[in-house]
Amino acid sequence: MIEVRGLVKTFGLTPVLRGLDLNVARGEFVALLGPNGSGKTTLLRILGALSRPTQGIVRIGGWDLPAEADYVRRQLGVVSHLPLLYDMLTAEENLLFFARLYDLPPETRREQIDMLLNRVGLRRRARDVVRTFSRGMQQRLAIARAILHDPAVLLLDEPYTGLDQDAAALLDDLLREVAIAGRTVIMTTHDLRRGHALADRVAVLSRGKIALDVPTAEIAADDLPRLYADATGAATTR
Amino acid sequence: MAVSSQHAPYPENRTRILQALTLATLVLFAASLVLDWAYVGPERTQGEVQRVFYVHLGSFLGSFIAFTAVVVGGVIYLRTRNPKWDTFGLANVEIGLVMSAITIVTGMTWAKPIWNTWWTWDPRLTSVTIMWLAYAAYMMLRAGIEDPERRRRFAAVYGIIAFASVLFTIIIVRVKPDTIHPVVAGPTQADPTGAFDVTDRIRNTLFFSLFTFTVMTATLVWYRVRLENLFERVLRRKIDILAEL
Amino acid sequence: MTVNPTGPTKKPAASADSQTVQRRPLTPYMRAVGAVAWKDLRAELRSREMITSMVLFTVMTVMVFSLALELDAEARKSTVVGVLWVTVVFAGTLGLSRSLAAEKDRGSLDALLLAPVERSALFFGKVIGNLIFVLLVALVLMVLLTVLFNITLIEPLLVLIVILGTVGFTTVGTLLSSMSVHARARETLLPILLMPVMMPVLISAVRASSAILDDLPSSEWIAELRMLAVVDVVFLLGAYLLFGFVVEE
Repeated sequence: MIEVRGLVKTFGLTPVLRGLDLNVARGEFVALLGPNGSGKTTLLRILGALSRPTQGIVRIGGWDLPAEADYVRRQLGVVSHLPLLYDMLTAEENLLFFARLYDLPPETRREQIDMLLNRVGLRRRARDVVRTFSRGMQQRLAIARAILHDPAVLLLDEPYTGLDQDAAALLDDLLREVAIAGRTVIMTTHDLRRGHALADRVAVLSRGKIALDVPTAEIAADDLPRLYADATGAATTR
Repeated sequence: MAVSSQHAPYPENRTRILQALTLATLVLFAASLVLDWAYVGPERTQGEVQRVFYVHLGSFLGSFIAFTAVVVGGVIYLRTRNPKWDTFGLANVEIGLVMSAITIVTGMTWAKPIWNTWWTWDPRLTSVTIMWLAYAAYMMLRAGIEDPERRRRFAAVYGIIAFASVLFTIIIVRVKPDTIHPVVAGPTQADPTGAFDVTDRIRNTLFFSLFTFTVMTATLVWYRVRLENLFERVLRRKIDILAEL
Repeated sequence: MTVNPTGPTKKPAASADSQTVQRRPLTPYMRAVGAVAWKDLRAELRSREMITSMVLFTVMTVMVFSLALELDAEARKSTVVGVLWVTVVFAGTLGLSRSLAAEKDRGSLDALLLAPVERSALFFGKVIGNLIFVLLVALVLMVLLTVLFNITLIEPLLVLIVILGTVGFTTVGTLLSSMSVHARARETLLPILLMPVMMPVLISAVRASSAILDDLPSSEWIAELRMLAVVDVVFLLGAYLLFGFVVEE
């Protein structure tokens, strides 16, 4: 579903990604770990066709990015650490706007939005302006926005940033029950344990390359911190 | 720009051509001065001060060529994303700024005796100055953007948009007949102040001067591009040396 | 381009799972434009932040002008058009930089760019939103000047010129502010970028409006009006072609 080969991205003369390879099969959930500045966000921006690769091949569903990005945009859902919502619109209006932008059929639009608001637990706040929402509520609405058009691929960039324990737990459930089901997912996170718990595979990004790539079934959650340290440490001493 | 060519010496033949162009510019400019001082003679009504006219119009043509090249460079950059076209655009903007500054200053020195003022709020003067400001804004835009790729892209886009101010400067005398600025080429409006009869000698000197400034602009742009490339090479070399340490 | 599920001229060696996802069409152009404009209007109707600050700025500027220039009846007549346009441009610049800065800082610009929508449709959506705000401010200003300067500005022809001038201004302004939001010192950069490019619009609009205000025959201002329309078309076309390059990364 997602195919990345020899991906290089440089900002000016500074390389951020240096020949990265990554394959994600349909329906797979990959947790992307790595220290700050390792290029996680850059990779997700390239996969979302928001940023163009300097070199290398990036394909989603067989379509080349960025040249054929127009064909796959409808298949992408993105949740970033910014909510990507409009403060001065209500929860309902925000979803309605994105429903229009994605050209969802007008007859079913309303029901679909109601249903989604219900599932992310914001039904009673549907008519409230997003500015009044807590961080956790905004993030839940952001997830509703990302899956509104039922995308095949979901890109989550540090969705847990700024959430307290309860909100994070709520988001866990929401991701597991609503968002992930049947979708190909890449999630960046700093939380090794959570990454291990949710994902089918763990990939560690370090110095612009994938330094470790293992199925979560093959390693115990307790071993992950050590493997992570090895992967990132080995690369930094060079 | 292939990676392998980064450390190759600067191509010998290009240096030769540039040297030849430099020589040509110097000779042409010297000849222009000789024509201006010895051949045309003082103009009938305006006298000695009219001699500045050849530099005035020549430098304007220079800036026009340079700013047109900015548009060309911008379009090619947006199509190919080859950074050398961005360097080309930048070089042309800088040379164009110098050239139009010469146009403005020579215009003022001419205006003092003829219009009896250094500056007047004439549409033409104002629009040339606004044109100059547009390209000064181009430099500000470049300075304000950190990411080099984005800087190149925005510079190309703004370089194209800013050409509106060049067109405006040229068109303005056609649609706004209340300028007092003389028009040498094209239809003359009713009552410009400081117009003069174009004799054969004046015409010859003018064309020679226009040619001189065209060659000069090309030469200067080339030097500017070369300087930028050398700067780039030094930067890369620095990074390589730092990486080896 | 044809809608062909196997895609356009693909390199044969693409991959084993070539096109595992069906190609989906983009959202129809006008629907996307409408959605973006609707969103901006809806948000502004609720907060009224942009309009309020622009209108207050406008009133303030008119006051400052008449104080600073010590305008008497004669001078008011000769300066009213200049005051009108300068105020529209400054108030408009204020609004434009806000409009795009808000999109960028909240990350919602990314959300727009993620959508399966033609890039220029996003642009024209933003332009329509901004245009309505700037026009509203211009109309308020015209009423204000009519009352305070005692010169009738609310005339069909003048309104037409204000509309034409505002279209050109908003188009270039929106394009340039989508660049200046990425720069350091963006609030100061936008006017510096915008003013010189705006001159063709500004001067033709000022000249046409003052000719009409002086009750001159149409031969005196029709050329200006035509120029204004041509500049509008050129700016719209230019922005349409260039916006995609500004927002891609």
